[in-house]
Amino acid sequence: MDSKIVEVLLVEDSSTDAELIIRELRKHNMSNNLVHLRNGEEALDFIFAIGKYAGVREVRDSPKVILLDIHMPKVNGIEVLEKIKSDPRTRSIPVVILTSSKENPDIKKCYELGVNSYIVKPVDFDGFTKAMKNLGLYWLLINQPPE
Amino acid sequence: MMLFRDMPIRKKMMRIIFLISGVVLLVTCITFFIYEFYAFRKTTLEKLSTIGKIIAANSTAALAFDNAEDATEILSALQTEPHIVAAGLYDEDGNLFSKYLSATTFIAFPVKPGEEGYYFVPSHLEGFQPVMVGKRKLGTLYLRSDLGAMYERLKLYGGIVALVIVLSFILAYMLSRVLQKSISKPILRLAETARMISDQKDFSVRAVKTGHDELGTLTDAFNNMLVQIQDQNQALNEFNYNLEQKVSDRTIQLESVNKALQAVNKELEAFSYSISHDLRAPLRGIIGFATMLEEDYSSQLDDEAKRITGVIKSNTLKMGHLIDDLLAFSRMGRQDIKKTIIPTTSIAKEVIEELLSENKNYHVKWIVHEMPDIKGDINAIRQVWINLVSNALKYSANKEQPQVEIGSREQEGGTVFYVKDNGVGFDEKYKDKLFRVFQRLHSVEEFEGTGVGLAIVEKIISKHGGKVWAEGEENKGACFYFSLPG
Repeated sequence: MDSKIVEVLLVEDSSTDAELIIRELRKHNMSNNLVHLRNGEEALDFIFAIGKYAGVREVRDSPKVILLDIHMPKVNGIEVLEKIKSDPRTRSIPVVILTSSKENPDIKKCYELGVNSYIVKPVDFDGFTKAMKNLGLYWLLINQPPE
Repeated sequence: MMLFRDMPIRKKMMRIIFLISGVVLLVTCITFFIYEFYAFRKTTLEKLSTIGKIIAANSTAALAFDNAEDATEILSALQTEPHIVAAGLYDEDGNLFSKYLSATTFIAFPVKPGEEGYYFVPSHLEGFQPVMVGKRKLGTLYLRSDLGAMYERLKLYGGIVALVIVLSFILAYMLSRVLQKSISKPILRLAETARMISDQKDFSVRAVKTGHDELGTLTDAFNNMLVQIQDQNQALNEFNYNLEQKVSDRTIQLESVNKALQAVNKELEAFSYSISHDLRAPLRGIIGFATMLEEDYSSQLDDEAKRITGVIKSNTLKMGHLIDDLLAFSRMGRQDIKKTIIPTTSIAKEVIEELLSENKNYHVKWIVHEMPDIKGDINAIRQVWINLVSNALKYSANKEQPQVEIGSREQEGGTVFYVKDNGVGFDEKYKDKLFRVFQRLHSVEEFEGTGVGLAIVEKIISKHGGKVWAEGEENKGACFYFSLPG
């Protein structure tokens, strides 16, 4: 980690998708302080500075945006979202849910839990590129997080 | 006034008994009365005749000696017979010699004695009796009796008859009151039992038999009928019970089948979700990494290598569309239909506008007829129009002058809508395959598509209770129909 400030926390179990996402964000200079974690359990450890992250980092050094895949082994994206949004220390972190399908019956639940955005990863690479670019632009550059 | 046939049976019987006893009594009394009348007339006549004979015998001396005083004295003895109102003695020559009149009578005596014998005239009885000594006639006795005695007697008889009739009626009434019960009571009891059974629907009640007469037979028949009804009821109840049992058994079976179906349906939903999710992820990888290859190593790839990556990408995209369409099809099967009134013509026109805005190259001649509004799920029916009209556009695009016609016609029980084009059409022998998922009659090279559009149309229309069908001829055009119930 180059800096204490993590700009993007990507939680994605598919290394293929992760590579594609990181590549797109890098293209637009938005991957400087990016952390990629492969499952929900690790994401929670990281966000709440527990487990192997205890003493390594502080909860208040929250990432600017969390990109969260729904389908992950052990702890899935919904559970991570629920924990983040129910803790006053982390509630204000923008969370974007990434999923492969708009058929997902969990969409409604995500919104109920207070997700900030919801993105279907398109099969079409151009569409995917565009979605990633817009996502990074919006949450990293346009959106003003509460101080 | 109550009609005889509507009277209670008790009253009917009383009336009948009264009528019969009254008629019998009347006939008896009249007969008796007539007999008495004639008998009394005869007695009165005989009595007057006897008195006449006695007076005549006593009068011989007075007549013989021409002694009027004696004669009058003899006649005045008739005072003891109050009904003899007048008497007179005529001498040998027929002159009134002596006479007697009761106190209250005044009559004119016959001037000359009449014919011998007694006879009735309307108001009284009178007669002449010769006064004889041996064979010599000394004179004639005239006697007149009024009919008072007879009338009095008849009056008495009349009174007695009336009294007898009244007494008889009272007696008949009292007797009939007691006796009619033996007939009316079992009938009334039977009627009461029948009423009770029909009110309470209790067929276990039995009528009580009171004798072995016709009413007894009737009661037996009635009870037998009740036994039959009870048996039939029991059989019916058993049948009903069995039927209910069967229905509930079937319901339980159906419920379990339904549960199984619901489970299958849920499984299918999870399956379609995982297809869409899990199948798309690798596709994204294929397409993404092929693109990375193209972008990052473009200098090292020759034209053939670039063509190959292009084929990889386009096939992967097609797979993505197939997955999307399949999901749309399965979603349509699960969605509920919410019916509202759909303004058909304007919806069809909107759909045409949308499709034209997506592809400005179309130079189609449109014929859109006015169509009636129809009840249906607006989103689903819009999808039907989109699929049918886009098909018509797609398959007629290669024609020199493409033409698409949209219209409707009324038929029994609903409306039939159609979308007709002059495009490539199809071979009628394959028309059964048109509406099946992934069934296509043209190659993807000719016309792009996944073969799901018409299957979705079929699913939506059958969910609305309608039908879809098509007519076509190769290279002449096709016409797709769907009916919706009115």
